[in-house]
Amino acid sequence: MSDLKKIKDEFLSKLSGKLDISKINQIKSDLFGKSGLISTQFKKIGTIAVSERKKFASDLNIIKDELQDLINSKTNELESVEINKKLEKEKIDITLPERSFNRGKIHPVSQTIDEISSIFSEIGFSVEEGPDVENEYNNFTALNTPENHPARDMHDTFYLDEKKQRLLRTHTSPVQIRTMLKDKPPFKIIAPGRTYRSDSDQTHSPMFHQVEGLHIDKNINMGHLKGCLNYFIKEFFEVDKIKMRFRPSHFPFTEPSAEVDIGYEIKDGKIIIGEGKQWLEILGCGMVHPNVLRNVEVDPTKFQGYAFGIGIDRLAMLKYGINDLRAFFDCDYRWLNHFGFDPLDVPTNYRGLSR
Amino acid sequence: MIITFDWLKDHLKTNLKEKNLLEQLTNIGLEVESVKSLSTDNELFKIAEIIKTEKHPNADRLKVCDVNIGNNEIKKVVCGAENAKEGLLTIYAPPGAIIPKTKTKLEVAKIRGVTSYGMLCSESELDLSNESDGITELSEEYKKNIGKSYFSKSKKKLIDLSITPNRPDCLGIRGIARDLAASGFGKLVDLGEKKIHSKNRHSLKVKINKERGQGCTTFGSCLITNVKNSESPKWLKDKLMSIGQKPISAIVDITNYVMFDINRPLHAYDANKIEKGIIVRNSKSGEEFKALDNKTYKLESGMCVISDNNGVLGLGGIIGGTRSGTEFNTKNILLESAYFEPESIRNTAKKLNLDTDAKFRFERGIDPLSIEDGLNKAAKLIKEICGGEISKIDIQKIETYKTKKIKFDPNIFEKISGFKISLKEMIKILKDLGFEVKKDKKRLELTVPSWRPDISQEVDIVEELVRISGYEKIKYIEPIKQRKKSTLNKYQKLFHFLQRSVASKGYLEAITWSFTDKRYNDHFRDTKKEIKIINPISSELGVLRNSIFSNLIMYIKKNLDRGFKDLSLFEIGPIFNGSNPGEQNTVICGLSAGKKSRLSWIEKDRNIDVFDVKRDVVQTLVEAGYDSKKFFIDSETPNYYHPGKSGRLFLNNGKNQIAAYFGEIHPNILKQVDMKTESLVGFEIFMDNLKLPEKTLRDLKEKFSFSDYQKSERDFAFIVNKDVNAQDLIDSILRADESLIKNVKVFDVYEGDNIPENQKSIAISVTIQSSQRTLNENDLEKINNLIVKTVENNTGAKIRS
Repeated sequence: MSDLKKIKDEFLSKLSGKLDISKINQIKSDLFGKSGLISTQFKKIGTIAVSERKKFASDLNIIKDELQDLINSKTNELESVEINKKLEKEKIDITLPERSFNRGKIHPVSQTIDEISSIFSEIGFSVEEGPDVENEYNNFTALNTPENHPARDMHDTFYLDEKKQRLLRTHTSPVQIRTMLKDKPPFKIIAPGRTYRSDSDQTHSPMFHQVEGLHIDKNINMGHLKGCLNYFIKEFFEVDKIKMRFRPSHFPFTEPSAEVDIGYEIKDGKIIIGEGKQWLEILGCGMVHPNVLRNVEVDPTKFQGYAFGIGIDRLAMLKYGINDLRAFFDCDYRWLNHFGFDPLDVPTNYRGLSR
Repeated sequence: MIITFDWLKDHLKTNLKEKNLLEQLTNIGLEVESVKSLSTDNELFKIAEIIKTEKHPNADRLKVCDVNIGNNEIKKVVCGAENAKEGLLTIYAPPGAIIPKTKTKLEVAKIRGVTSYGMLCSESELDLSNESDGITELSEEYKKNIGKSYFSKSKKKLIDLSITPNRPDCLGIRGIARDLAASGFGKLVDLGEKKIHSKNRHSLKVKINKERGQGCTTFGSCLITNVKNSESPKWLKDKLMSIGQKPISAIVDITNYVMFDINRPLHAYDANKIEKGIIVRNSKSGEEFKALDNKTYKLESGMCVISDNNGVLGLGGIIGGTRSGTEFNTKNILLESAYFEPESIRNTAKKLNLDTDAKFRFERGIDPLSIEDGLNKAAKLIKEICGGEISKIDIQKIETYKTKKIKFDPNIFEKISGFKISLKEMIKILKDLGFEVKKDKKRLELTVPSWRPDISQEVDIVEELVRISGYEKIKYIEPIKQRKKSTLNKYQKLFHFLQRSVASKGYLEAITWSFTDKRYNDHFRDTKKEIKIINPISSELGVLRNSIFSNLIMYIKKNLDRGFKDLSLFEIGPIFNGSNPGEQNTVICGLSAGKKSRLSWIEKDRNIDVFDVKRDVVQTLVEAGYDSKKFFIDSETPNYYHPGKSGRLFLNNGKNQIAAYFGEIHPNILKQVDMKTESLVGFEIFMDNLKLPEKTLRDLKEKFSFSDYQKSERDFAFIVNKDVNAQDLIDSILRADESLIKNVKVFDVYEGDNIPENQKSIAISVTIQSSQRTLNENDLEKINNLIVKTVENNTGAKIRS
C-alpha cells in the first residue's frame, strides 16, 4: 500500500468520527501544516523518478482536494450548529410593542379644500385668495349691495371700526372683485377661504369656510353654470348620478340667482347623497350681475358669466358624516384624530379624491 | 311670511292640490321653509281666568294660581309669570297638551313640592308671537268664552315661505297668488274692489313738512266716525289665527288683515286723541314717545315721525304710539295709508333696534300706488264690522311716483339663460306678472308694475322669464376638461406642501377662529398692535389674533384637561398686524406638550424639547426645498419664548427676513394660563418671509456627481468659551475646504470636570473625501491641521490635547 493511500484511509476514518472545531484544526495542521503529511509529500515530488512523477503528483492532488473538501464541509457543519445555538439564545418576544410613533393628521376642512381644488383644476379653474379683513366696498357695495340694502341683514357682520369701513369678510365673494380689478377677462377662478358672521349656535359658527367660483367669458350662460355644478357635485361625492334641483333665489350680486338642492335620504342612520326624496340646500349661485361687472370695469355687453358660493364645512360634514359644525373648530384631540386625514392622502385626479 | 292655501284661494282660482302648491312655490323662487300643521290637539288650549294667586310656599318667584277653566272646574297651576294675577284672562293648557313651541307634552307635575295641573302659556310658547315675557293676556271680550277652545277647530297647514328681500310684493298673499298664476298655477281672481264714494268732509288737517331727508313722500288718510270697536267677527279672527296672528280688536285686526292680504301696511289712530292735525316731520333730538310695544323710545334728530301739536304720535311706517292708539271705546278713527322711504325706515329702525311687520315691509319697498286701495279696503271693512261714517280720502304728497320703463331685447334671454322661449310666451308671462307690454320692432317696451321695486334693467326681466318658465328648462352643458393656467401658484403650492410636511411629523392639524381672547392674545402679542372687533360675539372673542399660539395654547390646555398628556397640534392660517385689508400674514404654528417618550419598555422617558421642534422646523424647510447649509440661527426671539431655549432661523446668512421662531414657551405664560405639563415647545414659520425661488426645484439642483474614492472620518474636540455657538465651529470647518469636507457632525458637548469654568468642549466628527483620488495619510494630516487652525483662528477655540 502506498503512503498516499495510507494517509487517505487514516484521515478519512479520523474525519468520520465525532469532531469539534479544535480537533478539525488539529487534523488540518497535521495534513497541511508546514511539516504536515500532505505538505511533506508535495516536497517529495522532485525526488520521484520521472516516469512515476506525473502519476504521483496527480494522485496526491486528488487526495489533497478530497481531504480538504471534507475538512471544509465538516467545518461549515460545525459552524452552523454553533450559530444556530447562539441565535437560539438571542430569541426575543417579538410581540412586545414597537417604538412609539405619532401620527399627524390633516383637518377635514383642509382635505376638503384640496378635493375641491382638484376637481375644479380638471376643468380649468385656478385658485385665487383674498384677505380675511376686507373693506366695506369690496364686501358689499361693489357686490351690488349698497348700504341700507336689506340683504345686508342676512350677513351679521363683524366690524373693526366704528365707521364700519373695515370688517371681517362675510363671504368669499370679495375675491371676485379683487380678481377682476387686478386682471382682464376671461376669468375662471375658485377662491376657498375663511368667512365670518356674528352668528353662533348649534348650526352656525362665527367662522366658517366658503369656496367662491367665478367664470366670466364671452358666452357663458346658465347652462354652463348648471353643467359645472352638476359635474362638481358628482365628482365631489364620487357618485355617477346626482339628483339636483336649481331653484330661483336672490342674491344682490347675481341675476338671475339660484339656490341648488341635492337629493338625499337617510338609510340606517346614514345620509346617502344623490338619491331619495329629501332635498338639501348646498349652495347659492347665479349669473354675475351687470352692476358688479360695471363696478370692476368689465363691459357687461361683451362679457358675462356665473358665480357660485359653497359652504365647505357643510360639504365636509355631508361627505364624511360629521354631525356637529362647532366641533370643526373645537380642536378636540379625539375628534381631530378620528376625522383627520393622513398627510400622504393628497387628493388627486389620478389616485382619486378619497380612499 | 306665513300663508295658508285657503287664504291664497281668495286671490287664486285653481283646481290643483296643496302638494302641487308647495312644489310650485319653491320652483318660482318662493321657498317653502316649513309646513306646520295646526293639529287638532290645539283644541285642548282653553280660554281661562285666574281667580286667585298665592305665593308658592317654597319658591319666591313662583305663584300657585287657581284657574277657572269653565264648566265650574277650578285647576291649581304653578306659574312663574310676573303678570299672573287675579282676574287675568289667559290661555290654559291641560296635561296631555303639546306645547307648540317646544313640542313637549305636558304632564301633571310637582313643582317644588306643589302639584301643578297644566300650564298657563305665553304667546311665544303658543307660537302666536315672540312675546315670552309673561303669560298671554286676553281682553275682557273673552270672558264669555271661558272654557272654550282658544284655537278654532282647524287642520289647516301653515306654509312658511322664505321671501327674499327683493320681493316685497310677496309679503302679501295677493303677490304670491299673482306669481303662481303667472306660472300657470290657476288664475288670479279679479277683486273688483270698489272705491269709497263719500261726500263727508275729512276734517283733520294733514301736512308733510318739506324738509331735508323727509322719509314720507305720500300720506293718505280718511276719517271714520262713530264706530263701535269690538272683538272681530269669527271669520276675521280665524283668518288671522290661521297664519299664527293673535286677534286684538276689530280695527287693529282689519289693518293687519289688509297688510297680510295685499301687503299694504295701515295705521289706525284714535282721532279724538290727535291734537288739531297731523304733521309728518323729522324728529328733534331727544324727543320721546311711548310706542305700542309699551317701551319708551328716545329719538335722535331726523327720524320720520307722525306728530300732532302735543308731540310725537308714532314712528312713521314702523310703530304707532300708545297716546293715539285705538281701544275698544274708540269712537272716531283716522286711518293712515302712507309711503315711507326704505332707507329712512331702515336707518331709524336700526338706531332704535326695532323690528315690526310694517318696518319689515316698508324697508323693502311698498307699492306706492296701493295707498288708496288700502284705505278703500280697510275703511269698507271697518264700516261693515264697526259701523260709522267714512270721510273722503285725503292724500298729501311731496313727490309723485314715476313709472319705470325698460326696453327689453328678447335675444338677451337666450344669451343668458341658454334656452329658448317664444316671444308670445315672454309677453304672456310679463303681462301676467303685471307688466304693460308694447312691441317695438325688435324690442319690447315694458312698464314695470309699481309693486316691483326690484326691477330696473334688462337682466331683471330675464330673471322673471327664467323663473316663471322654470329653472328645470336650463340645459346642462358639460364642462370642458381643459386647463390653460396652472391651478396653484408657487405660494399656494408651498402652502400645501408645508401643511402636509408639518402634519407628517406627528402634528394634528387644527383650525381655530381668527379671533381670540384678549387675555390669551396679550401673552403672545409681543410688540404688535391689538386689533379689536367692535361687535364681538362675546368678550372672550374680542380681538383678532396676533399669533396663532393664543388659540393653540388654549386648546392644548383643554385637551390636557381631557386627560391627554403628550400632544402636538399645528395650524396654518392668518395672523393679523393691523385692521386694514392685507395687514395679515400666513403662519404655520405648531405647539407640543408633554414627553417625546413616556413609560415605555424600550425607550427612556424624555420630555419633548427645543431640539425636537428645531428638527421639525429645519426638516420641514429642507423638505420644502431650502438649503440647510445656508440656514442661520441665532437666539433673538419674542418675549413669549424661553429667553435661553429658543431661536430664530434665517434662510440665509444675510439675515433678511425671519423664516421661523422655535423654542420653549416662556414658563411664566404656563403659570398664568394654569397649564400643567412637563414641557411646552412650539414654532412659528412665517410663510410670507419664505423667499419663493424663481427657478423650479428641478432647475435649482446641481449637476449629479459623486465620488467613489475612499471617505475618511476624523474626530476633533475643541475647548471654546461658553458663548461661542456650535454653528460658528461647524461653519468654519465647512468653509475650511469646501471641496474636501463633506459633512460635519457634533457628537458631544461637555461642560464640567476637567474643563475650565466658562468654557465647554465640543466634539466634532468630520467626513473628508476627495472626488479626484484616494487621500493618503499626508493629505489627511494637512487637512487636519487646516481644520484646527481655521477653527482656532475664527472662534478662539483650542484643540483638546
